[in-house]
Amino acid sequence: MTDLTQEQFLPVGGTGTVSTAWWGMVCLIATEAILFVYLIFSYIYLGSQQSGPWPPNGPPSLRLVVPNTVILLASSVVVAWGQRQFRRTGNTPLLALALAGTIVLGATFIAMQVVEWSGKGIALSTNSYSSAFFLLTGVHMAHVAVGVLILAMLLIWTIMGRFRGVHHEHIALGALYWHFVDAVWLVVFITAYLVPQFS
Amino acid sequence: MTIGVDQRAAADTRQTLLDIWETEPGLYGWLATVDHKTIGIRYLCTAFFFLIIGGVEALVMRVQLAQPDLKVLSPDAYNQLFSMHGTTMMFLYALPMLSGFSNYLWPLMLGSRDMAFPRLNALSYWVFLFAGIFLYVSFPLGQAPNAGWFSYVPNASLAYDPGINMDVFALGLIFLGISTVVGSANFIVTLLRCRAPGMSVNRLPILVWGTLTASVANLLAVPAVSLACAMLWLDRRYGTHFFEVTGGGQPLLWQHLFWVFGHPWVYALVLPAMGIVSDALPVFCRRTLVGYTLVAISTVSTMVLGFGVWVHHMFATGLPVMSLSFFSAASFVIAIPSAIAMFAWIATIWTGKLQVTTPFLFFAGFIMLFVIGGVSGFMTASVALDWQLTDTYFIVAHLHYVLLGINVFPVIGGLHFWFPKMSGRILDDRLGKWTFWTMFVGFNAAFFPMHITGLMGLPRRIYTYPAAMGVGWLNLVSTIGAFVFAVGVLLFLINVAKSLRAGQAAGNNPWDAPTLEWATTSPPPVYNFATIPQVASRYPLWEDRLNEGEDRSVIGEAARDGMVLDRDKETIGVTPLDAEPNVVLKMPGDSVLPFLLSVGMLVLSFGLLLQAIWLVAAAAVCEFVLLALWLAPMPHDAVEKVEIYD
Repeated sequence: MTDLTQEQFLPVGGTGTVSTAWWGMVCLIATEAILFVYLIFSYIYLGSQQSGPWPPNGPPSLRLVVPNTVILLASSVVVAWGQRQFRRTGNTPLLALALAGTIVLGATFIAMQVVEWSGKGIALSTNSYSSAFFLLTGVHMAHVAVGVLILAMLLIWTIMGRFRGVHHEHIALGALYWHFVDAVWLVVFITAYLVPQFS
Repeated sequence: MTIGVDQRAAADTRQTLLDIWETEPGLYGWLATVDHKTIGIRYLCTAFFFLIIGGVEALVMRVQLAQPDLKVLSPDAYNQLFSMHGTTMMFLYALPMLSGFSNYLWPLMLGSRDMAFPRLNALSYWVFLFAGIFLYVSFPLGQAPNAGWFSYVPNASLAYDPGINMDVFALGLIFLGISTVVGSANFIVTLLRCRAPGMSVNRLPILVWGTLTASVANLLAVPAVSLACAMLWLDRRYGTHFFEVTGGGQPLLWQHLFWVFGHPWVYALVLPAMGIVSDALPVFCRRTLVGYTLVAISTVSTMVLGFGVWVHHMFATGLPVMSLSFFSAASFVIAIPSAIAMFAWIATIWTGKLQVTTPFLFFAGFIMLFVIGGVSGFMTASVALDWQLTDTYFIVAHLHYVLLGINVFPVIGGLHFWFPKMSGRILDDRLGKWTFWTMFVGFNAAFFPMHITGLMGLPRRIYTYPAAMGVGWLNLVSTIGAFVFAVGVLLFLINVAKSLRAGQAAGNNPWDAPTLEWATTSPPPVYNFATIPQVASRYPLWEDRLNEGEDRSVIGEAARDGMVLDRDKETIGVTPLDAEPNVVLKMPGDSVLPFLLSVGMLVLSFGLLLQAIWLVAAAAVCEFVLLALWLAPMPHDAVEKVEIYD
């Protein structure tokens, strides 16, 4: 039977769409994305069923949240830059720097969001608006926190020298998750902050 | 001479593979195994155990309902029993049972060595087990979930249900959802990447189509119920106003979120079971399935439509007529793909040479029950009729015809069919036929009269009824039928116990079936196939007989006639559609991490239940450390040399 076969070199593990891990991450992102669809549906549904205005106390302030949005989007650019440098030249110090920068920006986003929350004058249990608002932005913030933890692990592994040669997959997937968290924020921002300005 | 050398080489290869793949004996190996066959059998056994628990709950309820005005159960105990019966059957039996089949069968059917993510597979089992235990934790305290399996607010809210009953339900379902989602993701990636070369999408067994469809649906539907449960728990324990009217909440939000999940879920419980029938029934008709492509398309389109029918559970809630009309129409339309599959099975039987074995009886019985359940479903898709029938026993009859008919009967048939592969022994056919007829007669005696009691106006979920309603004798028939059905399940267990000890040896392919799982030994070796098969058609073992083309599948013995991959724990990854090999996949070894991670989640769930923040925080930190260990990058070569068929 050997005459029917030929020998061929195949990649081990593979990168991008060739690796199974990439598909696993896509599944995770799909299920997380639909969770946000249901969160936003709940927010809009509760709003549509109110007799009074929505939000009850007028639109939320944009003073902190607009710069915060810029910070989060910038963090995506930083991590993409580090990943690109590493893929091209295998430069781990630059990658570590980019990861650390992304972590700082992500942590800043969380801190500013907490400040923004505490200045709102409403709590989780005030009314259905506050419940829906805090759940939507809170679930997003939990995702930012998980993303920061992922980036922290990547940073630790980078410093430990675990990424040499073929191990780009961890970094690529960590960055992909981070981009997802940022993209979702844009939708959350538009739903919970921007649209109420015009309604 | 050469043959002797070849055989020795083959035996050496098998030994090498065994050394690489075999699980260590003892407690460590038991907790750490990631073998999809072991996990599949664990799923099957655990789900069957929950079927028995849910069944016993049902029997106790049937005793209470046997005659009017009985006082066997208090109203509260009855509420807990019907809630746990529904929750157990829907969440802990029906889907995990099908996951068990798919876990066991997929890599064998697809010609791979394991699932895409073996550790994730172990995780999904352990989480399922612990979530099942968690859902039962308050049962001995007399505080089990008690608002029905769909737990409508405000019934389930703190004001009307002050115990921990519904907190257990809400947290338990979120916990279980993790198992479902990671399991689904694993099935999806396995289907896309872990197949034998040549196993292109037009050659997949229908069970694979069914589970794939169900998995995609679960990925998109489960977050809805997890979110609803999180909201319920927050409403109950942290004073939020998602469902609570005085703060601007909406009880109907619960119903929307629950049924957006719930209806696709119902299809997830039946599509893989329909796949079992589509694959196994033709074997006993001695022909291939009629209309393979149509059945595959109908499977997928059922699920697509299944996302647009959830409001038919909410016809009586006062939604606008326009909305009711749309969802009513969608609910009628969904009968079409089911009918296509139905006619395909009937045509397969009609044009086949029948072998009336036990599995065949179960599959034929399934067809009849599906028709009855389908017709009563079609009836309730009409808004006008549904207003009369909703919340009566007619609905109970309908949903049991659908769920037992399309899930339990194919499952028991499928267990008879694949038991020889799993154990190496055939179940006794004579006892099997007794099992079937006992279950079939018992089932119809139990549930057919409920159509009539429902039409006579008997409401569901009420612990008793007055004699003046005149439904006493029909309920007695139902109770007797339920016990007869239980005897049937008992006969099945006796058959399993008997055949495991002294059953007839099965050989590789006792039914002379066409698909890949029958090419390997019974039970299969831990590495499934010594040489990764090369697939050339939809029915690899019937190619000579069907003679549809020149190409033949190559299912090598351990000889060096193809891809052996014995350098390390490895399997082959292929392109998603055409199944051309494009990557060598390193498979993870056995590990206790999935078990530990699940224990951590159990602790975390208890922390939330007790609102003990320190326990939640400690568990979360442990989970993070475990995940970091799990995901740590491992060094490996960039490329590897493999032998590929030309």
